Amino acid sequence: MYLDIERKIVLPGEEINLEGMKQGNGIYHEGGKFYAYQMGVVQVYNNYANIIPLSGKYYPVRNDRIIAKVIDIAPSFWIMDIRGPYPGFLHINDTPWRNVDQDLSKILGIGDTVFLKVNEITESRQIWLSLKDAGLRKLEGGHIVMVQPTKVSRIIGKGGSMVNTIKEVTGVRVQLGQNGVVWLDGPVEKVMAVRKILKFIEKEAHTSGLTERVKKMLEEGR
Amino acid sequence: MSKVSKSADEIVYGLKREYLEKISAEGNRIDGRKLDETRKAIVNTNFVPRAEGSAEVRLGDTRVLVGIKIEQGEPFPDTPNSGILTTNAELLPMASPTFESGPPSEDAIELARVVDRGIRESKMIDLDKLVIKEGEKVWVVFIDMHILDYDGNLIDACSLGAVAALLEAKVPASKIGGEDFPLPINHVPVTVTFAKIGSVMVADPNLDEEEVASARLSVATNEEGAVVAMQKGLGGSITQEELFAAVDTSIRVGKDIRKRVLGR
Repeated sequence: MYLDIERKIVLPGEEINLEGMKQGNGIYHEGGKFYAYQMGVVQVYNNYANIIPLSGKYYPVRNDRIIAKVIDIAPSFWIMDIRGPYPGFLHINDTPWRNVDQDLSKILGIGDTVFLKVNEITESRQIWLSLKDAGLRKLEGGHIVMVQPTKVSRIIGKGGSMVNTIKEVTGVRVQLGQNGVVWLDGPVEKVMAVRKILKFIEKEAHTSGLTERVKKMLEEGR
Repeated sequence: MSKVSKSADEIVYGLKREYLEKISAEGNRIDGRKLDETRKAIVNTNFVPRAEGSAEVRLGDTRVLVGIKIEQGEPFPDTPNSGILTTNAELLPMASPTFESGPPSEDAIELARVVDRGIRESKMIDLDKLVIKEGEKVWVVFIDMHILDYDGNLIDACSLGAVAALLEAKVPASKIGGEDFPLPINHVPVTVTFAKIGSVMVADPNLDEEEVASARLSVATNEEGAVVAMQKGLGGSITQEELFAAVDTSIRVGKDIRKRVLGR
């Protein structure tokens, strides 16, 4: 199925003809008609029409893998900035470390950066994070670049095609957080090139044929 | 660790600091510039037609708007035969997540004072020529700076905007039966700011660099290559050699900006 309006940018309050498709995220209905409630691009997935917002905060979803930084330390857990509407909490029991001498700052200090996952979101919107899964770790060295959380899926590409192209061509180590924090490690000029590419993807995310264009850009710049 | 609580956006990613310190020690910068290279400044004067003078400045992704308003007012009792210059800066919350609405923050006050000092101490405007009636009425020049987008180095962007706007500003003397005249200009100061990252000084720091800087130095010079004002910020220290190198760079960059951007 294909909507007339698909891949077009819609404004809040703009009418959307669903053509029998189901109402997904970012769409409300009133008087039998459907309207957009945020600015974004219409996309169809599993017979649901959704609006992917052009920008916005990160809304945590269970099992998302994100990059967070420590902003405060409590007696048995760290308070982390996840770039969302609320801070996240990382309890010592959800890490591979043991709190031997009762001082969490010896394990992770303020400003430390960690690649972790969203473990649980409680009814009262408390976000509990976890380090207990394959590949999750404290990040050391490298540089941090911010992108819009809504554009992360575009940077990953279909089945990881975009991010894999970037990794292969530049040789830079890339760790993508669903919350729009990107960790890069490698020689300066390569990191700079990847940073530029990320900003390009962010700007051009709503256009098609992006992976091919990025590939071309990367190969020209080599 | 300081006891003053910081918002999440003000806490710097520790590894970002390590990375920038590492690459600047090797003579590199994250946006590909040389250590003493400034970003290209774009100045758009007469941006607000209803103001007496105005300028929009873009310095990389930093964007500021400076407006000049000139009104009549009473002189200060200790300077009855000179006009008045007041400078004000506004850090709009839309410019950065770290800017809050409400009364001016410490940063906004420092910004306004440093810009003011560069203009006042260089004697850029001949305030003595702004007297309408001695001891009773003088022209008051207001410089209002609005930060629209923050990507580091507001001091240079605002100073440049204020100077460009003042150069274009007209005193509205037709309101009191005279003829409008341009502001009496003596000198053209240019401010260049440096940030110390690790043990290296970089010119015109961007937001990433400003976040991790240990010290900051702003040097204002005039067209004769003389230092007219300085401001040292943050807690770190600067060596004598670094200071002299910064002054040299600032004179060189000042000449370039005066010629290329301000047309002077």
